[in-house]
Amino acid sequence: MPEQETVSTISARGLTRSFGNHIAVNNITLKLRRGEVLGFLGPNGAGKTTTMQMLTGNLAPSRGEISICGIDLLDEPVRAKAHVGYLPEVPPLYRELTVDEYLTLATRLHRVAPARRPEAIAAAKQRCGLADTGGRLIGALSKGYQQRVGIAQAIVHAPDIVILDEPTVGLDPNQIREIRGLIRELGGTHSVILSTHILPEVEAICDRVQIMHHGNLVYSDTIAALKQFESGATVLVGLRRPPPLAELAALPGVAAAECVEPTLYRVEFAAGEDATDALVKQAAARDWGLCQLKPAQTTLEDVFVNLTRREENP
Amino acid sequence: MIFTIASKELKTLFASPLAWVVLTLFQIIIGYAFLRRLDDFLQLQPQLVQMANPPGATELVAAPLFGTAAALLLFAVPVLAMRLIAEERRNQTMVLLMSAPISMTEIVFGKFLGFLAFLLVIVALTALMPLSLAGATRLDYGLLAGLAVGLALLAAAFAAVGLFVSCLTAHPVVAAIGAFAALLGMVLTGDAAGDSLRARGWTVAASVAQVFSPIRNFEPFGKGMLDTQALACLALLIALALTLAIRQLDAQRLRG
Repeated sequence: MPEQETVSTISARGLTRSFGNHIAVNNITLKLRRGEVLGFLGPNGAGKTTTMQMLTGNLAPSRGEISICGIDLLDEPVRAKAHVGYLPEVPPLYRELTVDEYLTLATRLHRVAPARRPEAIAAAKQRCGLADTGGRLIGALSKGYQQRVGIAQAIVHAPDIVILDEPTVGLDPNQIREIRGLIRELGGTHSVILSTHILPEVEAICDRVQIMHHGNLVYSDTIAALKQFESGATVLVGLRRPPPLAELAALPGVAAAECVEPTLYRVEFAAGEDATDALVKQAAARDWGLCQLKPAQTTLEDVFVNLTRREENP
Repeated sequence: MIFTIASKELKTLFASPLAWVVLTLFQIIIGYAFLRRLDDFLQLQPQLVQMANPPGATELVAAPLFGTAAALLLFAVPVLAMRLIAEERRNQTMVLLMSAPISMTEIVFGKFLGFLAFLLVIVALTALMPLSLAGATRLDYGLLAGLAVGLALLAAAFAAVGLFVSCLTAHPVVAAIGAFAALLGMVLTGDAAGDSLRARGWTVAASVAQVFSPIRNFEPFGKGMLDTQALACLALLIALALTLAIRQLDAQRLRG
């Protein structure tokens, strides 16, 4: 057991939560390893927020167990919560306090030793780009800065696990980049769970991804596995003067070809073969007007749409 | 940890205009009531001199003044208590406390003590008015202390009830109205119910009714008495309301 404790910071088994007859989260199993950034995906209403509320002790699960750093959240909530930093969808900010007052409160609530408080607050402000805003009222800050204060609040006590519920909502592109950088940096020392429905965000920063749909966990794998999956086996080819589809499909090493747009084709190679070279030579020789050629990686979007749309559009 | 929450509560209270508005209005009304009482007292003065054992300024000015303050608290406490939980829920800041390594008991006690500290300021301001007469007449400090303690206990009982009602809803205005209705209901029915039950000889039921009539339990303090039963009833009401508040918060985590 102790070995496992050092490996996984959160381990939840059979997590279920129902509101009346509505089952918001159904039998979810979740494991978070130390230093890992886990992307938590799903359409709106899939049960992401409910799951996060359960993991942070804000909501009791109807069934199932949660263990945080080896401590049972339901049996010993106070000890377990000390390891978690949580930024909910709406940052829990007191608008009438200044940033410094607020972060001091957060350190006190999380039982950071008085001597370590100034240092912890300075470090959190530094990381979230709040160094110059310490004396300002939170209510007077812009949305982006409020979001940063929310993140600072979640990391100020150096928790083992940081749970962020849609941290980049409402930010401008520059701020989103900064927050992404921050999350990636956090991933080195903390375990991070990140909920979002912005897919490039997950591909950019997460190590592993879990997709929820209608309260069920429908996909769970590493981003690396996702990218390798089918990577290079399919290319997108743009041809200005395309030949008949059958001609493309008949090329050596090509298993199938399909038309995506009038001048854009998806060409799938036969197993174990890379026919890119042959394709380019043929295109040049026969004057197809090759204008684009790129590997069609299976994107997270494909997986996501595939998994979450299936039931709506059979 | 309780004091962390209490100090936070006090700080955010004083950072909001609501607290200052309530303090100001309270002070204006109490000041006016004090001057009226003082005026009456001075007009009665010639008659009082002829009495063998005349009541002093403390009985004739301070005691009614504290009664007025008690009535004002009935309005002020619900308005201020709505902030405690309901407004935190509405602003979604409750999550900060719920995610922190703190128990529900600590949250409830912290909020109660922070609020009580604010109410003690009101009690102190009320006590200052009769104290300003100290140079002009001989005050009965024992009675004054009794009145202050009584008002503080009454404020604590109101605060506990207000805190509990604040736990029940996420709408601050509903919490304020609910707390006011609960307190007013106790004041109006508690006394009458207690009297009629006692008249029928149901002493246990009458004692229970007495727990829910905080104003009646405040009255002995105004007569300079230390009524242990009244004291116990006030303490019981506080303990009951706080326990219910803790249970309510716990239940909400389960219900969602």
